[in-house]
Amino acid sequence: MVKRIVVGAHYGLRDWIGQRVTAIVMALYSVYFGICALMLPEMSYEAWSGMFAGGFMRFFSFLFFMSLFYHAWVGVRDIFMDYIQPVGIRLTLHVIVMFLLIGYAGWAAQILWRL
Amino acid sequence: MSKRTVQFKIYRYDPDRDEKPYMQDISVDLEPSDKKLLDALVRLKVKDDSTSFRRSCREGVCGSDAMNINGKNGLACLTDVDSLPQPIVLRPLPGLPVIRDLIVDMTQFFKQYNSIKPYLVNDNPPPERERLQSPEEREELNGLYECILCACCSTSCPSFWWNPDKFVGPAGLLAAYRFIADTRDEATNERLDNLEDPYRLFRCHTIMNCVDVCPKSLNPTRAIGKIKDMMVRRAV
Repeated sequence: MVKRIVVGAHYGLRDWIGQRVTAIVMALYSVYFGICALMLPEMSYEAWSGMFAGGFMRFFSFLFFMSLFYHAWVGVRDIFMDYIQPVGIRLTLHVIVMFLLIGYAGWAAQILWRL
Repeated sequence: MSKRTVQFKIYRYDPDRDEKPYMQDISVDLEPSDKKLLDALVRLKVKDDSTSFRRSCREGVCGSDAMNINGKNGLACLTDVDSLPQPIVLRPLPGLPVIRDLIVDMTQFFKQYNSIKPYLVNDNPPPERERLQSPEEREELNGLYECILCACCSTSCPSFWWNPDKFVGPAGLLAAYRFIADTRDEATNERLDNLEDPYRLFRCHTIMNCVDVCPKSLNPTRAIGKIKDMMVRRAV
């Protein structure tokens, strides 16, 4: 096969917006989480798990983790695009990172709803 | 008036004679009329005429004498020689193949420039006189059309170093926006389609090296932001 440079995958805009939106979600959550943690009456397991007992906090925490993983996916893929030139290795790394992040998302859900 | 002497440390490489590049230490006596780095280089060329560099207009219009001056890309003809700490370290523009000494092969750079179709696309029959623009529409082209394609910006961009074959680079994207912003152009959609790609446009991570080095004080990062802005407005 003749090796020609091919570009024109016609994606990128969604990820670019996604990275910005998820950054805002993470920033808002960080502030909210900081305030909630500071307002805890005492630093004990009961108080800590009580903080996550509310539906809103659980939902917001899960949203934070999903944002983090999507944000990380775009960022890590960008790093691979820059530094890993062989396509086979890049694809393998993409798949590994994708499964890893999906696994983390499941794990985060499990932890949040077990607390 | 006392004689001014400048010390140079110059990247030398002649593929026909040298096995690998080396840095040459050389000093040159300047005349009082020598103001710019290019003047000093021309003196140096008299002293050692094997030193090679491109130059043409010597007034910042042609963009031929772009080089890496003390670690920062710039035009030799616009840089005051007295403002530079010595020894003045000169290297070819980073990231492009070296042909000889300070002369680089700009093929890849111009390939990217050509890929954005740097000309007006308008299939309507031309009017009797020129295609008119309002003063506001014309205003938008300021800061875009002045680019002299010296490649200072693209060769200071890490994204262009890693993917020069796929990333258009700041110079190409500035030119792309120059035609996207032009109300006389009718291929706006095709131009945006052409750039909507993880490599061609979205390799830019807004680190703004391009803005830092541009000898014409242009702002490719702002132009790239405006392209992204238009894509968002088109999609949302």
